[in-house]
Amino acid sequence: MTTTQLKNTHSNSDYGSYSLWREASYRLKKNTMAMLGFWTLLALFAIAACTPWLAPYAYENQNLALGASPPSAQHLLGTDIHGRDLLTRLMYGSRVSLLVGFAATAVSLVIGILWGTIAGYIGGRIDAVMMRIVDILYALPFMIFIILLMVVFGRSFLLLFLAIGLVEWLTMARIVRAQVLSVRKQEYIDAAIVTGLAHWQIIYRHVMPNILGPVIVYITLTIPSVILLESFLSFLGLGIQPPQSSWGVLISRGVESMEEYPWLLIFPGLTLSITLFSLNFLGDGLRDALDPRTAKN
Amino acid sequence: MLKFFAARLFQAIPVLFVVITATFFLVHSAPGGPFDAEKTLPAEVLDNLNARYNLDDPLYKQYLSYMGNLVQGDFGPSFRYSNRSVTEMILTGLPITFELALYAMLIALIIGVSAGIVASIKPNTAQDYIPMSLAMAGICMPSFLMGPLLVLIFGISLDWLPVSGWGYAPGDKILPAITLGTGYAAYIARLTRGGMIEVLGQDYIRTAKAKGLPTPTIIYRHALRGGLAPVLAFLGPAFAGLLAGSFVVETIFQIPGLGRFYVQAAFNRDYTMILGTTILLSTLIVVFNILSDILTVWLNPRLTLKD
Repeated sequence: MTTTQLKNTHSNSDYGSYSLWREASYRLKKNTMAMLGFWTLLALFAIAACTPWLAPYAYENQNLALGASPPSAQHLLGTDIHGRDLLTRLMYGSRVSLLVGFAATAVSLVIGILWGTIAGYIGGRIDAVMMRIVDILYALPFMIFIILLMVVFGRSFLLLFLAIGLVEWLTMARIVRAQVLSVRKQEYIDAAIVTGLAHWQIIYRHVMPNILGPVIVYITLTIPSVILLESFLSFLGLGIQPPQSSWGVLISRGVESMEEYPWLLIFPGLTLSITLFSLNFLGDGLRDALDPRTAKN
Repeated sequence: MLKFFAARLFQAIPVLFVVITATFFLVHSAPGGPFDAEKTLPAEVLDNLNARYNLDDPLYKQYLSYMGNLVQGDFGPSFRYSNRSVTEMILTGLPITFELALYAMLIALIIGVSAGIVASIKPNTAQDYIPMSLAMAGICMPSFLMGPLLVLIFGISLDWLPVSGWGYAPGDKILPAITLGTGYAAYIARLTRGGMIEVLGQDYIRTAKAKGLPTPTIIYRHALRGGLAPVLAFLGPAFAGLLAGSFVVETIFQIPGLGRFYVQAAFNRDYTMILGTTILLSTLIVVFNILSDILTVWLNPRLTLKD
């Protein structure tokens, strides 16, 4: 049954039972850690979106006379060796890291859904070949290929999230395909075919709503791994290039001077960890909420 | 079993061939050559260098000769370090990276499996929440953050352990192994917990309990074999991840392993070194994935090997 059907039948009944989504959101709201993650992320997005207006200093602002200073009333998180306000740099860095996280996830989402839906819906030999390709790609060391791509084609922003997106779609394709495959066998799909609906209409109206749950869950788990990957590359000096900052760049700078100016490492590290923490808890919470079977564990 | 292994290995060969070919042409299409140093070399010197490494040959000829040498186990000379061959460098770097990955894996397994078992015995109690929250923290603490923090605490503040090198001073292998292992310990803890909870709900465990067996016996004799299946399936990808993760750890702790060579080669545009390490790591990872598939099936007779 599709979710829309579920909603309709249930709202008409007198039993007062909930629809899938209402039940899921109810379960999610009861999960304290997941909600904490949700609100933290919302706050983080709001700050990142409003950075140009919120940031206490201009991004390029240097104060060489001041140099590195510990957190103070003027500079809440301190300054780096060029006297740049760390809070400002962290806020701008969050924009970059979150943007890469979302853009690369979107790339992987588009490829994964297309690939998985086509394989699962058509089935048969095409499915076998398409999934074999996924299996083979799974076995390859992608970290190495991303580094290679960054080296060969230069360290551009666009390439960074394309490269990451191009390697992150595999699991998405698998999840989508499994889901499509199970929906495909349902009788109402046969009924839809009999009534003469076009395939794209069936996919759009009946298949898509059913794959939404697992896909949403997987998105919340892909974003942190993408953010991590970007930070990892930037840390090695192969990702975002200074003067642009991202969490990875800031952490890498922080490590260089952690003995003298530990706050330069601690605050960016903390921001990254809290973000990953929130996304993972929200993802776990969503998975439990949308799939009652796992909630018991 | 042997047939399955042979079939998988046979299947891996075309994959590796494609990988090698793609990497070769990708690297050679890169703008900028290996000799674009800070100081520009005179034209004659550059010509000589290009001639020596056959860089003036047409690309297909370079490709063929590279493949020919590769089949004989020769990865060619390093462009950057003129007196060393890539094979030589790989042979010095690989055992170090392997040793590091092995220690990290041991740490990850010991911590991960014990934490997962502890958590699975009493799910949804403090005994579950505490180790699992720590596991989540471990997952959210990337190695490039964990490493420097460990160095700051144990290396600099407490001055207990050396902060760099590999085998130069006693104890210098501890921090890198912990840094690399913790993230995987966290994943393994979660996998163990999930697998164990599922197995502990089975009928034969209830039978064992009804017989009056003590909990440790039930866990070790009956539950672990099934409960660890997800962990075993993860071992191959985990080892692959450990090898790839060694980039960061080797850079932080200045360990002369393969990962550090790779990152340096990437910066230096050392074509042959990049190619060599990519090929080697891909091969290793493909082999480990096959091995972990086999291990999974071997431990679970209900699954059969299909090629």
